Amino acid sequence: MTIEVNGRKIDWIENESVTKLLKRMKYTFPLVVVKINDKIVLRSDFKIKVIPDNSNIDVIHMISGG
Amino acid sequence: MLEGQIPIEDYESGNTKNKWNLNKIKLEHKTISEYNYIKKDIQKGYANRTLYINLNEGIIKEKKVTEDMKKLFTGGRGFGLKLLWDSIKSNTRWNSNENELIITTGPLCGTTQYPGSGKSLCLTISPSTDIICDSNVGGFFGPYLKFAGFDAVEIQGKAKEDVIIIIDGEKGKISIETAPLEETNSHMISQQLTQMYSSEDDDKSRQKISIVSAGMGAENSYWGCLNFSFYDIRRKIPRLKQAGRGGLGTVLRDKKIKAILTKVEKFDGVSNNPADSVTLAKVGTKLHREIRDLDRYQCNMRAVGTVHLVEIMDEYDLLPTENYRFGSFPKASKLYSQNFYKLFTKIIPDGCWHGCTMACAKTVDHFTVMTGPYKGEKVTVDGPEYETVGCGSNMSIWDPLWVLEFNFYCDTYGLDTISTGTSIAFYMEMYEYGILNKKRCDGIELCFGNAEAVLEVIHRIASGDKGEFISIASKGIRRVKDWLIKNNWGDIGIIEDCGMESKGLEYSEYVTKESLAMQGGYGLTLKGPQHDEAWLIFMDMVNNSIPTFKDKAEALHYFPMWRTWFGLNGLCKLPWNDVEPSNNPKTDDPSKVPEHVQNYVDYQNAVTGWNVDKEELILQSERCYNWQRAMNVWLGRGSRKDDWIPYRSMGPVTVMEYISRRERYDKYLNEKIGISEGKIEKMKIEEKIKIIYDYRQDQYQKLSDAVYYRRGWTPNGVPTPNKMKKLGFTDPKMLKILKDKIITDEKAGLNIWGGKYNNKEKNPNDGIKYW
Repeated sequence: MTIEVNGRKIDWIENESVTKLLKRMKYTFPLVVVKINDKIVLRSDFKIKVIPDNSNIDVIHMISGG
Repeated sequence: MLEGQIPIEDYESGNTKNKWNLNKIKLEHKTISEYNYIKKDIQKGYANRTLYINLNEGIIKEKKVTEDMKKLFTGGRGFGLKLLWDSIKSNTRWNSNENELIITTGPLCGTTQYPGSGKSLCLTISPSTDIICDSNVGGFFGPYLKFAGFDAVEIQGKAKEDVIIIIDGEKGKISIETAPLEETNSHMISQQLTQMYSSEDDDKSRQKISIVSAGMGAENSYWGCLNFSFYDIRRKIPRLKQAGRGGLGTVLRDKKIKAILTKVEKFDGVSNNPADSVTLAKVGTKLHREIRDLDRYQCNMRAVGTVHLVEIMDEYDLLPTENYRFGSFPKASKLYSQNFYKLFTKIIPDGCWHGCTMACAKTVDHFTVMTGPYKGEKVTVDGPEYETVGCGSNMSIWDPLWVLEFNFYCDTYGLDTISTGTSIAFYMEMYEYGILNKKRCDGIELCFGNAEAVLEVIHRIASGDKGEFISIASKGIRRVKDWLIKNNWGDIGIIEDCGMESKGLEYSEYVTKESLAMQGGYGLTLKGPQHDEAWLIFMDMVNNSIPTFKDKAEALHYFPMWRTWFGLNGLCKLPWNDVEPSNNPKTDDPSKVPEHVQNYVDYQNAVTGWNVDKEELILQSERCYNWQRAMNVWLGRGSRKDDWIPYRSMGPVTVMEYISRRERYDKYLNEKIGISEGKIEKMKIEEKIKIIYDYRQDQYQKLSDAVYYRRGWTPNGVPTPNKMKKLGFTDPKMLKILKDKIITDEKAGLNIWGGKYNNKEKNPNDGIKYW
């Protein structure tokens, strides 16, 4: 019962949305791209898209900064 | 006028009004030298000449910009490097007579159709590093210098008494005049000269003037910045942007220049005479719309500027606190952007050059100064930007109003906030350990959080205080380290590891302990640890998208080259990736923002009439980047030993730091270094620190190996003659310097890889001597 976020294994939580996962990971940076098993999740779907067990999540933070 | 914007006539800044007898001040001017020139139109982004001024002999002359110079050096910083190469010697230091202060523009500089197109690039031999320092800055000076007729101005020699240089694009005349009565501090002299030299007594005329100055702090420290003015017709004052890093302002004052003024007759959207104004307008309009529609959902630059980063850096453990010991702090929310948003003057456009819709140059008007010579006066504070707020957290000072006070005084005194803040944070840590104390600090209790003490240090520096501590402290961390070690006041390891400088320049405000790539982004740089070459923390530490040395080296090739390009053209990097098109996530390489890269290809072609592609943009940078490294080699630096970084930027120096992130480091020992959990449990903290210390030092050397190889440099970090020839350089003097250095390194056994490779690992080139 785990998922992989940016190559690091963490516990899977049932019915966890993308928004909640970002909150759990403390990913507050606004310019992020989220992919679940290589498929992009639209920002407008972050609240409703539920993370499946065993999935591979990429939360790509754009560079910005500096 | 945009919706919600305040009409010019309705806004009153509430600032204290200064009254000077400007006629009396001007009457004291004596003309030292004058030069009349023929005014010419700009051709496809280039004025096609530069301006040379020698203050020793009062020489003023024009230099032609050749097609070969454009081909090899593009413009901006590239032109600066070429001019320096032709004028200085290998033993030139910051205060040598032949050292130059150069301000450049770039072929795209001064465009009003595309956001972020008003940057100047300034270069000199830095007092902090003894090598070339380049620093970019907004404000009107760069565009006006070009529209007055010059792609760059280079100033050599020193005046005998305080002078101002006037580049009058209205009359086609350059003059050097003595200026004994003008104020030195920037917020004052920029007002005086703007009023004194405007053609008419109205705001439109005042807007056609821009002034470069540095204050009393620049005169008495190595942290001098240059202030570039831009007249704000609503606030009715010249506001200031800074070329902060490396002591450019110190060099300005060493040459006894109080100010450089440039003035234009007129300018408009086609002053650059672009080759294809239709494409230029099309590309610009697209980005304007993007910023208008998306910024509020992305970085919110239009509302709070770069300060939006404070809360993000705090959340990701990257906000430096207590001299980079920690990356977040319980009190940090006091400095979050919302607290500055409350103080910023709103609904006034805040671009530092015309046409910049990103408009991130925020201000606080009618701020009441709390200390020092201007106590009680009401002033406009330009900023703060993220880095200046980061200085507050780094010194453990959590009061937004104090940050404004620090910001105001650093600016008007001409002190770089980054070097000032980072240095004082180090002195504070040394104070905490007893290596410094009240006596050694000339009576100042310089402990973390002592806001009054910091301001006292700054005021004493600006007043020219000759106390031993102030005299040394004002020269920055490297000199203070040497002073502490010489006096045997503390452990050399602690002093070297905690002082956040590399090459003699102080770090900017990001914690890099958990990002090896960003350690390289600070250490494997040309001028020293400034984040303008690469900002890779998210790619590396958070996204985990560049896991191998080869990946990191590729990023440390591409991004420094890409970011260098902005400085060759007179552009700001913020509109590249601080706003992104809505379809960016679907592109092949979102971190590069491909659509915006293509914008820049179209933009450069539209102005210059060239036919370049995105690969050529990188080549333009690669030429200049390698040339600057080669010049560093010539100046006696620019090899592996010079890319050393302090251990505080790699990992925990002290037991307290380790304990504060114990879970993280214990996990690191287990997962990365392979020590069993049982063994870790039994180890002392000091033992754990030592193991991580050795491991991470080796990781940094391996990273350096991979980066040098990727960049086509020797294992000692020297660009090879072959690499230079491939980039198009044929200068026999430079090629010989590099060849001789490589032979010397070979004899000294320095052409070897720095990492310790075991049987399973390979060094970057597997033993082949390509150099």
